[in-house]
Amino acid sequence: MADLWQITVSEAAELLRRREISAVELTRAHLDRIEQVEGSVRAFVTVTDTEALRQAERVDELRRENAELGPLAGIPLALKDVLCTRGIRTTCSSRILEHFIPPYDATVVKRLRAAHTVTLGKTNMDEFAMGSSTENSAFFPTRNPWDLERVPGGSSGGSAAAVAAGEAMASLGSDTGGSVRQPGALTNTVALKPTYGRVSRFGLIAFASSLDQIGPFTRSARDAALMMQAIAGYDPLDSTSLDAPVPDYLAALTGDIKGLRVGVPQEYMVEGVQPGVRAVIERAIKTLESLGAEVGECSLPHTKYGIAAYYIIAPAECSANLARYDGVKYTTSTRDLSGGIVEMMSKTRAEGFGAEVKRRIMLGTYALSSGYYDAYYLKAEKVRTLIKQDFDRAFERFDVLLGPTTPDVAFKFGAKTADPYAMYLNDVFTIPANLAGIAGLSMPGGFSEGLPVGVHLIGPALGEATLLRVADAFEQATDYHTQSPQIAVKKGRKR
Amino acid sequence: MSIDRETVDHVALLARLALTEKEREQLRDQLSGILEHINLMSEADTSQVPATAHVLPLRNVMAEDQPRPSVDPDLLLENAPSREGDFIRVRAVLDDAE
Repeated sequence: MADLWQITVSEAAELLRRREISAVELTRAHLDRIEQVEGSVRAFVTVTDTEALRQAERVDELRRENAELGPLAGIPLALKDVLCTRGIRTTCSSRILEHFIPPYDATVVKRLRAAHTVTLGKTNMDEFAMGSSTENSAFFPTRNPWDLERVPGGSSGGSAAAVAAGEAMASLGSDTGGSVRQPGALTNTVALKPTYGRVSRFGLIAFASSLDQIGPFTRSARDAALMMQAIAGYDPLDSTSLDAPVPDYLAALTGDIKGLRVGVPQEYMVEGVQPGVRAVIERAIKTLESLGAEVGECSLPHTKYGIAAYYIIAPAECSANLARYDGVKYTTSTRDLSGGIVEMMSKTRAEGFGAEVKRRIMLGTYALSSGYYDAYYLKAEKVRTLIKQDFDRAFERFDVLLGPTTPDVAFKFGAKTADPYAMYLNDVFTIPANLAGIAGLSMPGGFSEGLPVGVHLIGPALGEATLLRVADAFEQATDYHTQSPQIAVKKGRKR
Repeated sequence: MSIDRETVDHVALLARLALTEKEREQLRDQLSGILEHINLMSEADTSQVPATAHVLPLRNVMAEDQPRPSVDPDLLLENAPSREGDFIRVRAVLDDAE
């Protein structure tokens, strides 16, 4: 049998249910795996081993008492360090929140606790979720388990790497412009960005509030369905939460996609897409056709304006959201007390934020400032409407859209740090779904030069069940999702 | 549109960022470069469409007016850099020359 850190959530749930393994054993296996590979991968900012074992013991106890337990009970998970965890340090991988201990749990954390999951720790990310490589973490970069000299993607790079490396069975990330799907593609994991409002954002530290959405990383579509079942649903604490019924995601995995209409946007198969990535997408199309899907070409003509609109809207919202870090409320304040309160705030922020966060605050503040609002912010919001209308038209003819998640495979450290815009281009195919508020999923589609390639499925609002059904059917016809990286084992870091 | 140094200084003040000389010079160039790409937007014909600030058709979401326990003030105040009793301690606001 495979080691316990290699199996899926669904497989582990079955073993736990039949009492062939205990939650403590399963958790220990993951903590040992962390000990073994974390020195190479560095996915975690904080490992909460004591707390994890305590939670696992509690699950085993409940099971001995024959308590009613769901499929996630005893499953060890990792949480992106942007999600508030009561009593557990939550840093956003930023100096400015380095010592922040949230007084409450995010709603998703509360829901996972209610499902009796085990929390292994908090994962590394680009500072405040701004970036596509996890190189913007104020602490350290996370490495891609498939090639330690390459980035795992970002901003949820730690959550993606942890699942790919077998350090966690599943994890949560947040996706504002592709921050779940892009690292998912680069690490061979299933990565879902739900419809805006499907999952509560309460306790998710805000980056761009009209775009942010929490989503899972898993090693199978079935596991993603289990995670979604636990985290999706209305939350009165989030005023943008959708009050719509949550479908049975597992029941949607019928394996049957006969007659499914798949659209391939011509704007997503352009010259910038690396040939190896293109080959994977073309193969995926053939696979879906062989399963009975009807594939046709479609057009999203305003795609080319997506990045431009996004890099006004997201920085504008971030400049407002990050105004709260002023040296007054959140643990970190400058030691230089020579000036008045404005100097104190300005110095605290200058010392506490990294280069990319400063860049985006500056860009957003500029776009919202007097005289530029119409040309930038208002224009970007109108372009957003055009992009949304592109999707509305496409979904009149198709059930899902398919293309590459990213134009290229994982890149080497430092390859894109010199030119901010080159880094932004990573998200060219993922950003439009955030702007339109619709669902997107990246699934393992194959490899190019030994590195994972993600197939991007985009669905209409509340199309998660369909995306999961397609991904699950694709997994039954392929074995890409079962491939895992060989990680050179170094001495583990001290915990 | 390119950004001049004066604009960088003004925006840095608005954003409450005490940037170094080097950062200001870098940001002038980087922001100008990014805005050049962003200006591609001006090509898009938006004369016939409304702005989308938000994808959901939500308006004035109201919470039930029911009392419920709030977060313990002690827990909240623990995160403040400087505290005095049940208050956050800050530097004098009115002395400031701004």
